[in-house]
Amino acid sequence: MYYVAVSLRWLKDNLFSNAVNTLTTLSLTAFLLWSLPPLIDWMIINASFVGSSNNDCNNEGACWVFIREFFPRLMFGSYPESERWRIYSTGIIAILFIFTARQYHRTAFSVILFGLFSIIAVTLLYGGFLGLSRVDTHQWGGLFLTIVIATVGIVGAFPLGILLALGRQSHLPVIRAFCHVFIELWRGVPLITVLFMASVMLPLFLPDNIDINKLLRALLCIMLFASAYLAEVIRGGLQSLPSGQQEAASALGLTYWQQMRYIILPQALQRVIPGIVNTFIGLFKDTTLVLIIGLFDFLGIVQSAATNPEWLGRANEGYAFAALIFWIFCFSMSRYSLHLERKQDQ
Amino acid sequence: MKPDSNNVVQFTQVNKWYDKLHVLKDINLSINKGEKWVICGPSGSGKSTLIRCINGLEPFQKGKLTVNGLALDSLSEINTIRQQVGMVFQQFNLFPHLSTLQNCTLAPMKVRGLNEAQATEIAMHYLSRVNIAEKAHQYPNQLSGGQQQRVALARALAMEPEIMLFDEPTSALDPEMIKEVLDAMIELADSGITMVCVTHEMGFARQVADHIVFMDQGEIIETAQPSDFFENPRSKRTQQFLDQILTH
Ligand SMILES: Nc1ncnc2c1ncn2[C@@H]1O[C@H](COP(=O)(O)OP(=O)(O)OP(=O)(O)O)[C@@H](O)[C@H]1O
Ligand SMILES: [Mg+2]
Repeated sequence: MYYVAVSLRWLKDNLFSNAVNTLTTLSLTAFLLWSLPPLIDWMIINASFVGSSNNDCNNEGACWVFIREFFPRLMFGSYPESERWRIYSTGIIAILFIFTARQYHRTAFSVILFGLFSIIAVTLLYGGFLGLSRVDTHQWGGLFLTIVIATVGIVGAFPLGILLALGRQSHLPVIRAFCHVFIELWRGVPLITVLFMASVMLPLFLPDNIDINKLLRALLCIMLFASAYLAEVIRGGLQSLPSGQQEAASALGLTYWQQMRYIILPQALQRVIPGIVNTFIGLFKDTTLVLIIGLFDFLGIVQSAATNPEWLGRANEGYAFAALIFWIFCFSMSRYSLHLERKQDQ
Repeated sequence: MKPDSNNVVQFTQVNKWYDKLHVLKDINLSINKGEKWVICGPSGSGKSTLIRCINGLEPFQKGKLTVNGLALDSLSEINTIRQQVGMVFQQFNLFPHLSTLQNCTLAPMKVRGLNEAQATEIAMHYLSRVNIAEKAHQYPNQLSGGQQQRVALARALAMEPEIMLFDEPTSALDPEMIKEVLDAMIELADSGITMVCVTHEMGFARQVADHIVFMDQGEIIETAQPSDFFENPRSKRTQQFLDQILTH
């Protein structure tokens, strides 16, 4: 009896406290009642989970057999099955390094760890020496490739964005102008155009014997592209600080870089965490554009699988799965940003 | 002419403009070791600009300014000078992301190269000297204005400077907190440090200052000992200023 009363009370306070709230509650409920059951029917009740071909699926519901059959390709592209332990190891080493770095709280130490990790990662994933066979980057694909592009993009764009933002406030006109032009140039062109130019037009201008790896070019483009956006976000943070902060820091005799490192950037970055994470989420989703230059990232594999003649008509399942995976990653980033914001508030 | 070893700050014909606005006009000023100078004058007369020239926060266009014999023109000399000159601001300007103690240890560690233990010892010494040691592990936004300003004073002192600059250190404070900050400054004055202080606290000026500078519209109108300054000001503008400030 008591619990009923408490529940009713909660309902009244939270859902029916006034006319507008009541109306919102009722319309949302109606919408969910109308849309949810068919979706659940399609996704679970009528869906097919077992089998090995399109014939094992009924047409009433989703054919998850399709995703299961393509799962290894969706995750790793054409990375040879016998070599996939190298991807797993890189992942485990990454997690170990992140935990170690967090333990010590020293930026210099983290940077060294990260440098070490980059070398290990390239050795493991690409190989070609130390007895590891070479896995060429055109074999890389799927979610693995998406994560590689996003990670390198984020890790590269972050320091570059900081430097560009500081450069735009420089007292030296040449540096200021350079950063301004650089930012406006990259912001003004769609990423897809940049990628296309880098992959199709660049080779026309370069001598025949010079061949810059396709993945490397895509990485560079995405990194520079994101850094331009990031620079503007960070500049907003820099401008929001009272000028007294830098004056007090200079009056104490700190050099320009010390002022930035210990006083200005910690505060400026803290203020724009939501904007920074927003840019990174955008970057993560933009990685899907590499399909245009013939790299098969996660979404690229979904698309190519959906056009497989043996699995005609399974695009819905593919895109639903892709949406779910992308959402999980982007939502995690957003939660992490919230966690960072709260941490500093204490 | 042999440079006077007692001389710590020397302005010679210093001029500064903001675009067309002439904010410092032919400033000449000679400050000796251990002296306490108070600078006063109406709002906009250039007091802040003058004092901020001493540690290179404001550049100037004409004239010569030396601090401990070093001229304020090259970047490396400015950094040396800043290590010998501490400053306290009207708005405190504490670093909000650092604790009180970290505010005081950062520069000693990064600029003077002390290790954490040494820096902490020095910082705690000065924090207790301004009676705020018990707040060492709190953050600036947890302190009152008067407490923040005393931390700002300790932060500057932790660099063990030879010269202290104050730009209206009590103007942003509620009346009941002014005294605690002034008391800390008076205590500091007894230590023999050189002090240059922009303030309208005439009681403080009377008690502590060796010399008072009166500025108006970018010019030094009058320089005098406190007794002369208050009892027989030479210029009419000084007289008017004193009337205004002492009667309200
Ligand atoms: N950044 C700036 N750009 C242009 N003009 C400025 C700037 N800073 C100060 N000024 C002008 O220079 C003059 C002197 O300013 P200053 O801050 O030195 O005065 P002050 O004597 O400290 O005044 P207050 O008692 O109000 O602090 C004023 O006329 C002011 O408007
Ligand atoms: Mg002022």
